[in-house]
Amino acid sequence: MIPAPLAGALACVVIWFVLGGFSLVPAAGASFARRAAFPLGALAGLALAAFGLRAIWEPAASATLLLGLPGMPFHVRLDPLAGFFLFLLGAVSTAISISAAGYFRGETPGRLALIGLQYFVFLASMALVILADDAYLFMVAWETMALASYFLVTTDHQQSAIRGAGFLYLLIAHLGALAILLCFGILHGGRGDYTFAALSSAHLTPQWATVAFLLAFFGFGAKAGMIPLHAWLPEAHPAAPSPVSALMSGVMIKTAIYGMVRVIYDLIGGVRWEWGVIVLVIAAGTTLFGVLYALMQHDLKRLLAYHSVENIGIILLGLGMSMVFIGFGHPMAGALGLIAALYHTLNHAVFKGLLFLGAGSILHARGLRDLNDMGGLIRTMPKTALYFLVGALAISALPPLNGFVSEWLTFQVALQAPILGHSVVRSILPLFAATLALAGALTAMCFVKVYGIAFLGQPREPRHPVRDPHAHSGGDVGPMEQFGMAWLAAGCVVLGVFPVAMLTVLNRVAASLTGTGLSTDALASGWLWLVPTTPAQASYSPVIFLVVIVGVVLLTALLVHRFYHGRVRRSDPWDCGFPEQTPRMQDTADAFGQPIRHVFGPIYLMKRSLPGPDDASPRFVLKIEDRHWYWIYLPIARLADFVSARVALLQQGRISFYLLYSFLTLIALLVFVA
Amino acid sequence: MGTSLAGQMVNLLAAFLLLVAFAMLSQRRVLSLVRLFAWQGAALAASTLLVAYSTGQNHLYYSAALAVALKVILIPWVLHRLIDRLDVRWDIETPINIPTTMLVGIALVIFAFALATPISEMSSTITRGTLGIALACVLLSFLMMIVRRKAIPQVIGFLAMENGLFFAATSATHGMPLVVELGVALDVLVGTFIFGIFFFHIREQFDSLDIRHMEKLKED
Repeated sequence: MIPAPLAGALACVVIWFVLGGFSLVPAAGASFARRAAFPLGALAGLALAAFGLRAIWEPAASATLLLGLPGMPFHVRLDPLAGFFLFLLGAVSTAISISAAGYFRGETPGRLALIGLQYFVFLASMALVILADDAYLFMVAWETMALASYFLVTTDHQQSAIRGAGFLYLLIAHLGALAILLCFGILHGGRGDYTFAALSSAHLTPQWATVAFLLAFFGFGAKAGMIPLHAWLPEAHPAAPSPVSALMSGVMIKTAIYGMVRVIYDLIGGVRWEWGVIVLVIAAGTTLFGVLYALMQHDLKRLLAYHSVENIGIILLGLGMSMVFIGFGHPMAGALGLIAALYHTLNHAVFKGLLFLGAGSILHARGLRDLNDMGGLIRTMPKTALYFLVGALAISALPPLNGFVSEWLTFQVALQAPILGHSVVRSILPLFAATLALAGALTAMCFVKVYGIAFLGQPREPRHPVRDPHAHSGGDVGPMEQFGMAWLAAGCVVLGVFPVAMLTVLNRVAASLTGTGLSTDALASGWLWLVPTTPAQASYSPVIFLVVIVGVVLLTALLVHRFYHGRVRRSDPWDCGFPEQTPRMQDTADAFGQPIRHVFGPIYLMKRSLPGPDDASPRFVLKIEDRHWYWIYLPIARLADFVSARVALLQQGRISFYLLYSFLTLIALLVFVA
Repeated sequence: MGTSLAGQMVNLLAAFLLLVAFAMLSQRRVLSLVRLFAWQGAALAASTLLVAYSTGQNHLYYSAALAVALKVILIPWVLHRLIDRLDVRWDIETPINIPTTMLVGIALVIFAFALATPISEMSSTITRGTLGIALACVLLSFLMMIVRRKAIPQVIGFLAMENGLFFAATSATHGMPLVVELGVALDVLVGTFIFGIFFFHIREQFDSLDIRHMEKLKED
């Protein structure tokens, strides 16, 4: 008898598969997908979240499925770590599924049937990745997830740019999968079977353990979007339909974090501090790179995609610090680092899902995705504007929302550095905290830019005609999409204001992996105060913070109202002496980023073309490119081209030559074998 | 006495098989090639019959009957019909250098024997000496496929290669299981028909059966 949470989670997976299959049924499928599939899928997501949350409080349960190859059945297992990620998947996908029901309403039946199939297979395979308890099921689910998301990314495959983005995604996803497969191969070592229990009991020499760690880190990192394997992310996320972007950015790249934690902490085990330093260096680079490039974007979805890169960096910073502390024999601080990383994983899923849904709403209702075409949306889309504001505040790590809690916890981990024995590591750990602080400030700047340019100010006339035939509704998006955003916005607030509840949940997850949870001091301080170590060192109470903020705002409003008598004088703003003003004269997204472009100049690869002095229609073009393309990707592409051209010489076109090849091979083999 | 006589007869037939393989390598006329192919099939069937008789392996009688039906009668008849329908009865392949090909062929036979000697010493069957010849037949047929420019001789080379394999199977190990032989025989028959269809398509496309024209198909 399979225990209840595991059976329930499997039932949700089956429901998702069935919904996907039903969407494909001819004739009835499209209207089924349009009316019922997405809401039902959302219900399954909600159930999955509940089962996941319950599993955290129960002992790990496992089962063997009646599927798979003969002699190699699929194993599933639900432990606290898997439960936490199932909770994340279920909770976030609920909102996205409801939103998708509204977003995809106007699709043609053929496309809708395919989207329905791919969407639910994508969800189900993500759940299976988390539930898998053997390398075989894990890889099958992992590849299913990659393929389903590839087809979702290339929904608009008529555009060659989108096909290109899809190809890049598939390529890097396969590189990553290959690395993960090799990692499992090392852990297996030719003995026993491929269940995770067998893999984790393998005894590796330190060298092989390090190789396995590097393979797992880069394999999962490719999916997570860390540098230098991030190149697919800013291409694929904007290419996909917005609910899919939300799902990919919110949930899919988190399965990579899950895989990393599962393989490094659970399967390889014996975490070494050197590994942590490697993770930290890459994480710091990823964080800074992501936010600096996000500041330069004017395509809203691309900007959000770069922020996903940044946030993966923040998660990895927590993870890396945790590994450093565990490697030096401080499991309590290590557990805190893991909690910070997992908390930020959940937070990022919630607010990035919200922001992508918001971007999707703007695209759906207005047909706009370029920030330089937006403006004044707060007046026509007030609900979306409100939810987007919550998301923007959360990602900017402002209290009392959730982004602040996890970044603050990450800082607290860094502040534990004095307990470390190694002087060099002790002194560089604060540098990574400084990186995080810089990234946080730049993120805030970036979202001031996004919100200011998209929602405030005057509407700009779009330079590109609207393609989407369902756009131009004139007002805000439909109730389903609003509900999806409201759900996630509520999540941002709840996770931000009541962090202690989540902390106790995560403490169980961390304890199941590191063997030690937080100190009793930390847990004994009650629901009001979040205390990572001891109350003497640091504590934070978002509720009090919220009360103070609300109080100060109310008081100020009251005072202003009292002493100002509510006299309002309406007049034109000062026009700087220019009699004629158009909305195009407003600050643009590119202009807003100019100071950063100036300060961090060497990081960007800028290509400017300035108009001549006597040009009748002057145009100023500025292109910012990713240096990684020139450092890594293009040389590899050229090498592959070169090698392929040499190999292609074999193709002579004459059958005699081909026969000769087989003949010589045969002779050589005969000589070699005999 | 019976076994050794049968063994000598098998060796004789093996030598005949090798001779026919060389003859095919040097034969320029398509029609004669088909006739040689039929002779090779006949020798193969006779040797199979001898092995069956001397060892008492009953299933080899079926193999022999199959060889006669397919390789002496049916496939040569199909090829004849094809040649008639395609009207290439008098085709002669000129641009092949027969003496060089023969020299390469001799080198291949030496190689095959060198290769087969250690293997046949492990064997205890009466016909163990013929393994080298069978291998040589396979290699010579392969060589024929390489040097020919026209489609039909290439297909005959392919079929002759299968003859060599069949001979290796019967002489060295007293035949494969009957099911396998039936399957292989069916494959060869189906292959012949498919090749026949391809010939028509190739000629329709290029107005010739010369495979040099197919070099255009290369992707640049």
